[in-house]
Amino acid sequence: MKYKYLPHTADAKFRAFGESLEEAFSNAALAVFNVMVDTNNVKGQVTKKIDAEGTDLQSLLYNFLEKFLILLDAENFFLAEVKKIKISGKEGSYKIAAEVLGDDAAKYETIGPQVKAITYNDMVVDNEKGNCFVQVVVDI
Amino acid sequence: MAFDGFPIGGVAAIDTEDGIISPGGIGYDINCGVRLLRTDWTADEIVPKLKELLNELFNQIPSGVGRGGQTKLSKDEMLEMLAKGSKWALERGYGAKADLDATEECGWLKQAEPNFVSDSAIARGRPQLGTLGAGNHFLEIQKVEEIYDEKTAAAFGIEKPGQVTVMVHCGSRGFGHQVASDYIKQMENKYGFSHLPDRELVNAPFNSELGQRYFRAMCAGMNYAFANRQMIVHWMRASFKKVIGTDYGMRQVYDVCHNIAKVEKHKVGGETKELCVHRKGATRSFGMEREEVNDMYKGVGQPVFIPGSMSTASYILVGTKEAEEKSFGSTAHGAGREMSRKEAIMSFRGEKVAAEMEKRNILVKAASWKGIAEEAAPAYKDINEVVKVSNDVGLGKAVARLAPLGVVKG
Repeated sequence: MKYKYLPHTADAKFRAFGESLEEAFSNAALAVFNVMVDTNNVKGQVTKKIDAEGTDLQSLLYNFLEKFLILLDAENFFLAEVKKIKISGKEGSYKIAAEVLGDDAAKYETIGPQVKAITYNDMVVDNEKGNCFVQVVVDI
Repeated sequence: MAFDGFPIGGVAAIDTEDGIISPGGIGYDINCGVRLLRTDWTADEIVPKLKELLNELFNQIPSGVGRGGQTKLSKDEMLEMLAKGSKWALERGYGAKADLDATEECGWLKQAEPNFVSDSAIARGRPQLGTLGAGNHFLEIQKVEEIYDEKTAAAFGIEKPGQVTVMVHCGSRGFGHQVASDYIKQMENKYGFSHLPDRELVNAPFNSELGQRYFRAMCAGMNYAFANRQMIVHWMRASFKKVIGTDYGMRQVYDVCHNIAKVEKHKVGGETKELCVHRKGATRSFGMEREEVNDMYKGVGQPVFIPGSMSTASYILVGTKEAEEKSFGSTAHGAGREMSRKEAIMSFRGEKVAAEMEKRNILVKAASWKGIAEEAAPAYKDINEVVKVSNDVGLGKAVARLAPLGVVKG
């Protein structure tokens, strides 16, 4: 399982899984978009580069996912696939660099509300080797 | 009760002298708010044209995910708009001066400083001005169902049952969210968050450099939302003009904000203090004596709007002196969700919800069926109860109830 949605009254909450932290982060990005569109249908037409930083893993995740919301609002970008992703650094100064594929959002029928913000509400980053997961509540 | 976060539907009034300002206490959608227009038409005159009207509104005003506005502003235009709000929109031919006179703060926060806003916020905001967005945001054509206070209703331009009103509920789109997010990060870096029970409680002293930068960037977000609603109302009038032939009589009753922080004077323990009043999912509800109340409503009190969920009633209330004493001049902002969006999508089918609404003579138009399902009325608390509490406690007195005729939802 890449991710699963959890009950939440006003917003959308999910857990995303992966053998590595990179995989869990990638699946979290897909979970964010899957609130709005069936990401399986989105074609990988355009490539975007994403760079983000964070002082700890939570802020790294927050800043990484937020870059997608900026791409969505500013460039109408829907995510299809995370092609490459690399997390580097250590506590105090993490970096993430990714290459992602997606398409123009206007081409797709949306299935739900727009994700407007990432939040720290109930956020978890569990970096257990071979069995990572992250938990995020997004504002919709 | 342990204080572990700001609830939606909360007010936090904090001394400006030695207190703080917190983005989490205002909400991400800065100046999410409600604007109401009254008209001279009766429901009987509008209903035969309703479907055509909804189609026209849906075409004129972009809504939903990934659909940008009619115009993408240049960066310079954007900065000017952020500085001047509704005034900017008026100067470009959107609406009339009378709209600004009937808007909280006249639609223009002069403390706004666009230079305190990040490039990311500007990038998110530029393509979205003049759009409704998605989620619980909507345009609604309504009729007056019942009037509880005729004198106040008349002052608001609400004259008789059956009279048609038009409502818009939306905010500052991705722009406001990015401003909140940017300053949460900066406050975390400067002041830390490990001592807080929830990261969303991060804050800065109101009078610190960072606190003031956030306050003035937040005011730019307020201006964005005011300009947004000003443009949307202009297109609503244009839609009526096209379909009905005229927009005569479509006068703005008021425009209220329900995600804001403002500097206001209130009595605390018998002493008048200057406070930074955070209203998150709460509406200002000032009585007739407050100097902030727009000239046209001096001696009446400010109009307050509490929209219901899709297919249920909305209410017009009037601000009270009691609210100033009990809740720093605030009341509720809406019905509030009872069921999660995912749960609602699992429980209701959009097509069926729309068909049931149509049986009750309410038409709905949305970018997606799922959007209708997630906003289905049973997913929300009973609006009548919410307003009854506000009325009985005195936080805002009920003036009139409005029933929906047609809804465009984002």
